[in-house]
Amino acid sequence: MANQKEDRPATATYADHEIIRPVNKLSKAVSRVSVAMPGEDPVARAEEALAQLSSEFGKWMMDECERLDAARRQVKTEGFTKKNFDELFHSAHDIKGDAATFGYPLCAPAADSLCRVLEHSPDPSRIPVKLIDQHVDAIRAMVRENARPDAREIANVLTKRLRAVTDDFLSRENMHRPEVLAVIKAPPTAPDAA
Amino acid sequence: MIRIEFNRLRFVVIDDNAHMRRIVRTLLHGYGAREVYEAEDGATGLEAFTHHMPDIVITDWAMPIFDGLELTQMIRQPGANANPFVPIIMLTGHSEKKRVMAARDAGVTEFLAKPLSAKGLYQRILNVVANPRPFVKTKTYFGPDRRRNSNPNYVGPERRKGGKADMFKAQALIDKTQTLGDKARSPG
Repeated sequence: MANQKEDRPATATYADHEIIRPVNKLSKAVSRVSVAMPGEDPVARAEEALAQLSSEFGKWMMDECERLDAARRQVKTEGFTKKNFDELFHSAHDIKGDAATFGYPLCAPAADSLCRVLEHSPDPSRIPVKLIDQHVDAIRAMVRENARPDAREIANVLTKRLRAVTDDFLSRENMHRPEVLAVIKAPPTAPDAA
Repeated sequence: MIRIEFNRLRFVVIDDNAHMRRIVRTLLHGYGAREVYEAEDGATGLEAFTHHMPDIVITDWAMPIFDGLELTQMIRQPGANANPFVPIIMLTGHSEKKRVMAARDAGVTEFLAKPLSAKGLYQRILNVVANPRPFVKTKTYFGPDRRRNSNPNYVGPERRKGGKADMFKAQALIDKTQTLGDKARSPG
C-alpha cells in the first residue's frame, strides 16, 4: 500500500486543465560522476558498435532498393491500389530516412521527392508513371554509383531536376488547394539528428 | 557530469524496418542497455509495451496496422494501461512542421528526425531520463507539457485558465543531482 501511495502522481487542478507530476521512476538510472572514466563515453561506444555493423550496410541498401523497385513494378502492373501505394510510399520513406545512416546520403533527397509526389497528389491515378520511374531509377543509380568520384555532382543535378519536375506537377495538381500548396513549399523544420 | 545507467533501463523499439530496428538496438547496446525488446508494427508494439512494461518506448511513425501516432494515442490513455506516462521517442523520416506538431499533440515526448545518429538518440534519452516534464490533462490533450520553457516576455492570450501559476518550474534531475553532489562535497 505504501508503494501505491508513493507511486501516485502529484496533481494540481485548474479551471480547465490538470498538471500532473508523475513519480520519476527513471531517476534510478541517473547518477552524477565528477570525472568520466576512460572508455566511459556511451556515444563513442555506440558509434563504435555501429561502425562494426557497417559492413552490412551496402547489402541493406541494396535490399531497400530492391524493395522500392518491386513496389514500383507492382504499381505499374496493377495501377495504384491502397496496398501498393502504401508499399511504394513506405519504401521511399525508409530510404529517405535510412540512406544517410547506411552511407548513401546522396539518394535521400530523391527518395524525399518521391514521398512528396505520393503524399501530396490528390488523385494518385493522375501521377505519371514516368515520374515514378524517374525517381526510382535515379535512386537506384545513385546507390549503384555511390563510390564514383563525381557521384555528388551527378546526384545534385539529378535531384534538382527531380525536385523541379515534382514541384511543377504538384503545383498544377493542387492549384485549387492553397493550404496544400503552402505545405508543399514549406521547408522542413525539425532539427537534424546530429 | 550525468551518467545514465542504461543497464537499469528497459526499452521497446517499434519499427517495421528490420534494418532500422537492428541499428537502434546496436546503439542502445552500445550505450550499455541490456533489455531491448522489438516489435515490427503498432499492434505488436502495443502488445510489447503492455507485456514488457518498458521504461522508454522508441517508435517509428509510418508502420502497418496502426502507426506510431496512433500507438502514442493508445498509450496516452489515462487509466487504460499501467503506464500512460512512459516517455515516447518518435524516430522518423518525417520532418515537416505539421508532422512535428501532430506528434507533439499526440503526446510524443521527444521527436528525432532521421538520419539517426548515436549522439542524437543519446540526447533524447538523456532528456527524458534526466529532465522529465510534467503532464498536462485537458479535455482534448493528455501528454507531456508542450511548453518546454516559460517566456517572461510573452504577451499573447493565455490559453490555460487557472488563476494560479499555470506552469510548474520542475527541478530537473540534472539540477537535483548537482545540488545533492554539492551537499555531499560541502564540509560539515
